[in-house]
Amino acid sequence: MDARSQILDSIRKSLKRGPLGEAAAAGPAGRIASHAPGLIPARTTTLDAKGLGDLFVRMAEEVQATVTRVAAPADVPGAVAEYLTSHNLPADLTMAPDPTLDVYPWDDRPLLRIRRGRAQDLDQVSVTGAFAAIAETGTLMLISGNDRPTTLNLMPDTHIVVLRADQVVGPYETAWQRLRAEQAGNAQPGNTMPRTVNFITGPSRTGDIEQRIQLGAHGPRRLHIVLVEGPDAKTA
Amino acid sequence: MQPTSHAFKANVRDALDDNTLQRALGNMKTGFIGKRAAAVARLPEFEALRDQGRAIKNHTLENLDFYLETFERNVTNAGGHVHWARTAEEARQLILGICRTVDAKTVTKGKSMISEEIALNDFLEAEGLVPVETDLGEYIIQLRHEAPSHIIAPAIHLLKGQVEEVFRATHTDLPADRPLGEVHELTDEARSVLRKQFLQADVGITGANFLIAETGSTVIVTNEGNGDLTQTLPKIHIVLASLEKVVPTLEDATGILRLLARSATGQEFSTYTTFSTGPRRPGDPDGPGEFHVVLLDNGRTAMLGTEFQDMLRCIRCSACLNHCPVYQSVGGHAYGWVYPGPMGSVLTPSLIGVKEAGNLPNASTFCGKCESVCPMRIPLPKMMRHWREREYEQGLSPAPFRAGLKLWAFFAKRPKLYRFGAGLAARLLGRLSGGTGRFTKLPLAGGWTGGRDLPAPEGKSFMQQWQARRREAA
Ligand code: SF4
Repeated sequence: MDARSQILDSIRKSLKRGPLGEAAAAGPAGRIASHAPGLIPARTTTLDAKGLGDLFVRMAEEVQATVTRVAAPADVPGAVAEYLTSHNLPADLTMAPDPTLDVYPWDDRPLLRIRRGRAQDLDQVSVTGAFAAIAETGTLMLISGNDRPTTLNLMPDTHIVVLRADQVVGPYETAWQRLRAEQAGNAQPGNTMPRTVNFITGPSRTGDIEQRIQLGAHGPRRLHIVLVEGPDAKTA
Repeated sequence: MQPTSHAFKANVRDALDDNTLQRALGNMKTGFIGKRAAAVARLPEFEALRDQGRAIKNHTLENLDFYLETFERNVTNAGGHVHWARTAEEARQLILGICRTVDAKTVTKGKSMISEEIALNDFLEAEGLVPVETDLGEYIIQLRHEAPSHIIAPAIHLLKGQVEEVFRATHTDLPADRPLGEVHELTDEARSVLRKQFLQADVGITGANFLIAETGSTVIVTNEGNGDLTQTLPKIHIVLASLEKVVPTLEDATGILRLLARSATGQEFSTYTTFSTGPRRPGDPDGPGEFHVVLLDNGRTAMLGTEFQDMLRCIRCSACLNHCPVYQSVGGHAYGWVYPGPMGSVLTPSLIGVKEAGNLPNASTFCGKCESVCPMRIPLPKMMRHWREREYEQGLSPAPFRAGLKLWAFFAKRPKLYRFGAGLAARLLGRLSGGTGRFTKLPLAGGWTGGRDLPAPEGKSFMQQWQARRREAA
């Protein structure tokens, strides 16, 4: 017997039953079809949009991410430039080809030298958008795609994420819901999920030597978030 | 790795005498335990989430065949491949076969306990490949040719001076006079050395914390980001996972993720939690060209339906190790195989046999701390008792122990005689201790009194006191 059949056989033997018949399979199949959320912590469930934004910022800062809150899309390039200057970082950026980043007036800051594309080895700073942000734990959710290279989230020393206030949700479950809704639009078979979904909570770290936390183990040493609030944010 | 679990007692003696190890273990008590307690206190729903986690896994295990087949179908739909391995050898051969298709030389690796379980590195090296561990702790112990001593902090038994030593001996192309005494210098050096390996690797191998049946996704959780670089940069990503890692839906994984980091390191959430579904899509600017999942059984399906089924709920958080007084005293290597601490004492006999590992379930004070912190509510002490019973049934316990137990059973079945004997013994032993209330030495009990005093009975036996009280009350 081949390995696959034998393993499945062994499972059924241990469970003292044969393969699930149609009726018995209805339970697990229904569980998958409904993918119902489980218990959601009350930490976020009573908060309004403002409260979610505040909680997200507090939780992200707790894990050593830094956040600049700006009032309008027009302020984003300035906030990025100021962050780079204040940390003595070069003004060379690798930015995701993501069109949602095009709404920010980068030309206002001619000193920023911007390349669009995936990350190369020696890139120092990357700029990406995000799919959502989870206030519950200060976590960013980024998804891969043609114009959203995963390498930008991982390789450069500094990762800057431009986030809109309406992307901040309470629990992970709301983010899954939004992702399912978006993916339903382009549902090729097998593409119910993007290839990569990165949940990122603070900059890279390790405690592997004597349990002392060091930032920047393999991923970015710095994670900076520009949070766009204000009435214009939604259209951005 | 060759198990030395049978030599547990000798291993323990060595561990207790090892001053460096004892200092390194001291770091653990202040770290993991306090941080976990604080994180749990911040989440009022934690206990309810434990119940939910247990229910999710129990449901999945009862329908394991269904969920694995669903997982497989969805991996295939996303353009990936699932391979089934009954044994460690089958898994090793499958992985080698995949590596050979691209003539792989360098193979980077994210941290995976299953890879340790099947001793993958030694095998790949013998086949002429170069496996490179990329988790900082795993990298350090790979350079030292050691096994991990902890399931999430593999180098917890080491001090920074030992890391400096092995880095200097290995990274000989770097200036000999560079400063390397500080933890951040060591971390930076590992980062730059390993970045080159990530870029030249042909294949990246990771483990998986979860497999999602609904979407065919695999999930890894790291703090360093090494697992992500391992799986994103090479041509091929191989996921090596044992089959009980499957859960039905994204929401199910999410619920359990709320327990994992808090129980492990006391973090609200680990830095990187990554869901991977299939290979690079048309038009994607990065990502692996092929996506393979090797599903390993290696004894697990045989645990289903037995008194050890609950162990298959384990999410490898390490809380039971961190809180175990035995682990805290001797560290992980003494357990002699891949999985240490309470979870290892239950799992190891299941995977390599009670004959080799029968000592481990005895390495417990039955304080119950492990079960009380286990996020999946696994009844670890109960299962250790089951192993003791099996060890006894198979005639593997030492002769004096068996004789003693027989003698006790003889009296226990004869209550009158038992009570008489116990009363007599209590008086006699009380007198023999000379009124000090304890024995520092006792014939036939040297194993006990060698390490601690035996309290001497004082006064009357329990049954005598009980009857006296009943008389008073009447
Ligand atoms: S047995 Fe429980 S506490 Fe121990 S590693 Fe597994 S899940 Fe964590």
